[in-house]
Amino acid sequence: MPPTNPLIQVTGLQKSYSVPVLSDFSFELEAGEVHALVGSNGAGKSTFARILAGLTHADAGHIQLLGRPYAPRSKREAEHAGIVMVMQELNVIGTLTVAENIFLSRLPRRVGFVRFAQLKKMAREALGRVGLEELDPSTPARQLGVGQQQLVEIAGALAQNCQILILDEPTAALTDPEIERLFANIRQLQTEGVGIIYISHRMDEIRRITNRVTVLRDGRRVATHGAQEVTPAGLVREMVGHDLPERKGTSSRVTAEVAMRVRKLTAGDRVREVSFEVHRGEILGLAGLIGSGRTETLRAIFGADRKDSGEIYLGTANQPVSIRNPADAVRAGLGMVPEDRKLDGLLLAQSIRVNTTLATLARHVRGGGWLDFRAETRTTNSLGERLGVRCASPEQTISELSGGNQQKVVIARWLARNCGVLLFDEPTRGIDVAAKDTIYQLLRDLAAEGKAVVVVSSELTELMALCDRILVMSAGTISAEFLPGQWSQEKITHAAFSGYLDRAEEGRAPVA
Amino acid sequence: MSRRFSHLGEYAAMLIIWLGLFLLFGAISHNFLSWRTLSTLANRIPTLAIVAAGMTLVLIVGGIDLSVGSILGLGGAVLGVTLVDWHWPLWAAMLACLAMGLTAGTLNGLISVGLGIPSFIVTLGMLEIARGLAYLTTHSQTKYIGASVEALARPIGGLGCSPAFLSAVTLIVMLQLVLSRSIFGRYLVAIGTNEQAVRLAGINSRPAKITVFALLGLLTGLGAVFYTSRLGSSDPNAGVGLELSAIAAVVIGGTSLMGGRGSVVSSFFGVLIIATLEAGLAQVGASEPVKRVVTGSVIVIAVILDAWRHHLAGANFPLLKRLLRSRVPLKL
Repeated sequence: MPPTNPLIQVTGLQKSYSVPVLSDFSFELEAGEVHALVGSNGAGKSTFARILAGLTHADAGHIQLLGRPYAPRSKREAEHAGIVMVMQELNVIGTLTVAENIFLSRLPRRVGFVRFAQLKKMAREALGRVGLEELDPSTPARQLGVGQQQLVEIAGALAQNCQILILDEPTAALTDPEIERLFANIRQLQTEGVGIIYISHRMDEIRRITNRVTVLRDGRRVATHGAQEVTPAGLVREMVGHDLPERKGTSSRVTAEVAMRVRKLTAGDRVREVSFEVHRGEILGLAGLIGSGRTETLRAIFGADRKDSGEIYLGTANQPVSIRNPADAVRAGLGMVPEDRKLDGLLLAQSIRVNTTLATLARHVRGGGWLDFRAETRTTNSLGERLGVRCASPEQTISELSGGNQQKVVIARWLARNCGVLLFDEPTRGIDVAAKDTIYQLLRDLAAEGKAVVVVSSELTELMALCDRILVMSAGTISAEFLPGQWSQEKITHAAFSGYLDRAEEGRAPVA
Repeated sequence: MSRRFSHLGEYAAMLIIWLGLFLLFGAISHNFLSWRTLSTLANRIPTLAIVAAGMTLVLIVGGIDLSVGSILGLGGAVLGVTLVDWHWPLWAAMLACLAMGLTAGTLNGLISVGLGIPSFIVTLGMLEIARGLAYLTTHSQTKYIGASVEALARPIGGLGCSPAFLSAVTLIVMLQLVLSRSIFGRYLVAIGTNEQAVRLAGINSRPAKITVFALLGLLTGLGAVFYTSRLGSSDPNAGVGLELSAIAAVVIGGTSLMGGRGSVVSSFFGVLIIATLEAGLAQVGASEPVKRVVTGSVIVIAVILDAWRHHLAGANFPLLKRLLRSRVPLKL
């Protein structure tokens, strides 16, 4: 590539939420270049893309677009400047037609009325560019499959005459012929001088379609390579960084007694024949990329989502337990701390007491079945003390607490029930370091009491410090199992990507 | 403890507002301030009071029931037909009326909760169905029943209030106890706050939600008995617009239309306030249209104040903000 004036030049970009997400990040994109961004979960790829697309703002740093300072305040501003992003989550509005979706923000109109004939003509052209010329632009978007919806979004982006196109995991939902067509489009755009930022997990795609690769780790740029120089192993090593000191050997609290056995659990297309067992006294980690089926596995076990097949055995029982909904799971002695505290865990407008005793109300009654507020307060206070919940009183509304303290209350709810098997989905997401330590210690204490603990986490260091065993999920199946001493960030990351590599290679053959 | 006291504070505030309203009309009109006015009020409100009590629970779980007015009308029709045409004994006719209410309410619950259809739509359908049935069964005729049913609504000598009023108050106290002190009541509040979290805490929310609709149906059946006994006749047009008065009373009482928060006793005060407004405005000679404008304004103001108190505390109203911060409930 000849050294030209870069399309976009980023220096010293900073962004933090509660923790830094991007620190001193720098980046460059040439006209006509496809530039891949890779990194583990939370490395900062999506945050960077969102800043460029005007969906969030940087705390500090400079972005220059064609030599001029660029700091979009909104998506609209970014689009005016010629930067368009196609998101990982679909933004198609199902009730509108394909044509309306493509041109939603700029419908052709005359005195306030949409010119449908013109709209249809424009939509046909746009669809033609992504190989959907067969599709009637007046089809309601919800009738399309996920892959076609994705292509419609891309068509929408292309129709804006953008200078820079950001694609976040564009092939996740596409079939192979669709991927081929997308790549053909990308090449066409390249010749037109459009710069493309391509975020993906898939190594083979990166090598095929991109010119350069930038690796991110913990919000920093680790390296930028020419796409032909990279190897999957090398990239993984750079994404992971240096291995941290880790614990050796299995803890003595792990018993030989099986607490729960999951056999060939299948749910939707995210969980495929997952089998594992967890022992009393053990902390079992579930690692994997976001979307690899970790959360879905926990939810299927707990009955929160429907499972298609597979059995769950508790203790030494020969008969599987029937778990059709969370009530069945709780009755069988399971507890789950969900990933999204506010949406799935808390009664935000209620007090700490009400939140703590929600799953154990039947144990807080006296004569005639009336609730015993004093007993509830006692339970809330003693669990609050044990977990170090910082609050003014048990009657304080839970929305006033910090994230860490809220999480402790969700955990307290299950401690009050004394569950034998506890499932934790991202137990330390969005909470501060001190509260994290309390939660780690708590998980160890629970295991020491003989409970079985399953932890899903995107932070490998967390799992490696905490777990007695780590299972890695990739593309809906368990791809590897590690014991302390055997694992490393590199190995785990490699296993986390493995399912996607396989799938890509499987997929390559039938294309021709 | 503090929780119970905060409830008491709320009731006290509602009581003061009602008393203020009562005294205001007393100051304007000489005849208003009397035992007779109070007694008339007490005997006019039992129907609305128990329907509003049931409606409170439905709103707390995040539902709504638009069919109560029609179910009340159908209840009157059931009483009329069974008593006048079929010569049933009073107790059997009353049982039939309650059973009809329970059935209609249960259907509302089963269809909306079981099939996941918004209760707004299901009960809108039931509104039409029940009213239609009321006309069909009575051939759209008002039936004179007479003294046999009137005893319920007649004030007991010396006390000044009727058995209907006394049973309504008893029911409201009981329902408030169930709401704030039973597991079922706690589930209702929890479901209205975040049903998804309740489900993931291992609680099946559907039975509780269906029960609430069934209970409102049953209470509406009882309301039909009270209403018919006050008129001494069964009227298939009875209860038109009752759903709106009930929802208005509940909202004035501070129950959230979004669910998760509310009090049966406060709804009773809401009923008192609406009834007093109507009686007072009539006394001072306000015309029917004027009464409606005033009542409507009161509802809107009550909701605005409630929204300020609960959600917008901290917007750009320094004085209001201070009022809201000081734990005194500011409510109509």
